[in-house]
Amino acid sequence: MSAMPAVRCTGLSRRFGDTLAVDNLDLEIVQGEIFGLLGPNGAGKTTTIRMITTLLPPPRGTIEVFGADVAARRMAVRRLIGYVPQQLSVEATLTGRENVWLFAKLYDVPRLTRVRRVNEVLAGVGLAEVADRLAKTYSGGMIRRLELAQALVSTPRLLVLDEPTVGLDPVARDDVWERIEQIRADSGMTVLVTTHLMQEADERCDRVALMHRGRIQALGTPAQLRGNLGDGATLDDVFRAYTGDELADTGSIRDVRSARRTARRLS
Amino acid sequence: MTERTIPTNPSPLWLAYTALCRIGAICTVELQKLRHDRTELITRAVQPTLWLLVFGQVFTQIRAIPTGSTPYLDFLAPGILAQSALFIAIFYGIQIIWERDSGMLAKLMVTPTPRVALVAAKAFAAGIRAVVQAIAVMIVAAILGVHLDTAPARLVGTVIALILGSAFFCCLSITIAGLVLSRDRLMGIGQAITMPLFFASNALYPVQLMPGWLQVINRINPLSYEVDALRGLLVNTPAALGFDFLVLVLASAAMISVAAALLPRLTVG
Ligand SMILES: Nc1ncnc2c1ncn2[C@@H]1O[C@H](COP(=O)(O)OP(=O)(O)O)[C@@H](O)[C@H]1O
Ligand SMILES: [Mg+2]
Repeated sequence: MSAMPAVRCTGLSRRFGDTLAVDNLDLEIVQGEIFGLLGPNGAGKTTTIRMITTLLPPPRGTIEVFGADVAARRMAVRRLIGYVPQQLSVEATLTGRENVWLFAKLYDVPRLTRVRRVNEVLAGVGLAEVADRLAKTYSGGMIRRLELAQALVSTPRLLVLDEPTVGLDPVARDDVWERIEQIRADSGMTVLVTTHLMQEADERCDRVALMHRGRIQALGTPAQLRGNLGDGATLDDVFRAYTGDELADTGSIRDVRSARRTARRLS
Repeated sequence: MTERTIPTNPSPLWLAYTALCRIGAICTVELQKLRHDRTELITRAVQPTLWLLVFGQVFTQIRAIPTGSTPYLDFLAPGILAQSALFIAIFYGIQIIWERDSGMLAKLMVTPTPRVALVAAKAFAAGIRAVVQAIAVMIVAAILGVHLDTAPARLVGTVIALILGSAFFCCLSITIAGLVLSRDRLMGIGQAITMPLFFASNALYPVQLMPGWLQVINRINPLSYEVDALRGLLVNTPAALGFDFLVLVLASAAMISVAAALLPRLTVG
């Protein structure tokens, strides 16, 4: 057992113009857990994720991924991470297999095992049968699963998923979550996932952090957080209790627009 | 799971090797995309064909542009080849903004790929596409009666000139993308610069016919060196091949570096 956390953020901040997107954030993710970063649109989840995945240099604070400092050892950290961004993003004019193959190459999966590995992850997300169809013929749920395969092909130690279920119908949503749980069960991989849906986080995450206006308002297992409020409370109630805010009414035009764009690309 | 050892400060050798692997991967993907979407090859061949057919035939008839012993159509064909490569390359910068908006660029940038390797890979992918397109245009040109010299060494030179030229313009476009950050503005600028780049080059007329000021622009326009090389190689006009290739190599290397330096602006913004 190592006590080293999978991710440790200390004093993390990021400002966009007048918006303090992430505000002095401290966070530790334990190895092997499914950790949910929860919050309404505009809470700062994506910004946090983008700093952890080396996409944004943090102006203030430090991040370590499995003990490696993100600012100092970017290339090393990138090899540890599998990343699925918020928007659905695959090459529509490539087949599913070709999409995964590209990432096997970009992560230097050795030539000898590459074909086997690509087949393995495609089967793992249930796309083996349709692997040779063009990705533009896939449904939203299938594209998400293809992205999971792309993120997994390098056998990362940390899987980072930004709103993996946004815009999916309930069946596809459950399907994606079941794959995530299966991956964790099989490999012991650490999973960091964001969502604005309290319900699914409650069901699927080992621990959650409630994020609001760039700060973490509460942290613990879903049961602990609900327990603080008494019988019958949901995570939605917990969120309201901590922030005094309704979930639905926050977030800027920018977030709404990007959510709409995602939804449109799906349909 | 096994830990892989990664150099903290990658050596130039490691960087070069990684860059080559990434260029290989992204160029392969480019060919796969082309294979799945062959209609694009045809639609993109329409415009160069029209140039050769209309502009070429008309100016051959009226003998308005003296090109010495070379028939005007022969003179024009390499220029049109370079033009079609230019249009493809400029489009790549627009595509990178699209990839930024779609999240694809973020995914690529989270892979252990140095920025400069990513940009170089895009640049050469544009080159690959330009070469495939050039084959289509060359076939059309041959059908129209252009006398193309297709000795293997000349074809190799043609491929290299097209790739270097495309790499330069692709990275010019990525650079502008990194400066203006929005697709609409880039589309505007892209349209505003491609035609002037084309007309202020030796693609349509010999340098000697240009007014002095245009000759100066022509001198600093990499497209002219690409055209000069293509013309020397394919239709045997006198060309400063060594100097042409030197300029193309230096210009594309410089532009790749500039584009790589600006690339992070796209995902930070
Ligand atoms: N590139 C950017 N430019 C300007 N503002 C941004 C940018 N990215 C995020 N923001 C702002 O920062 C805040 C947090 O955004 P984000 O991290 O995307 O939240 P979430 O992922 O929780 O919806 C929002 O107010 C958002 O508008
Ligand atoms: Mg977000």
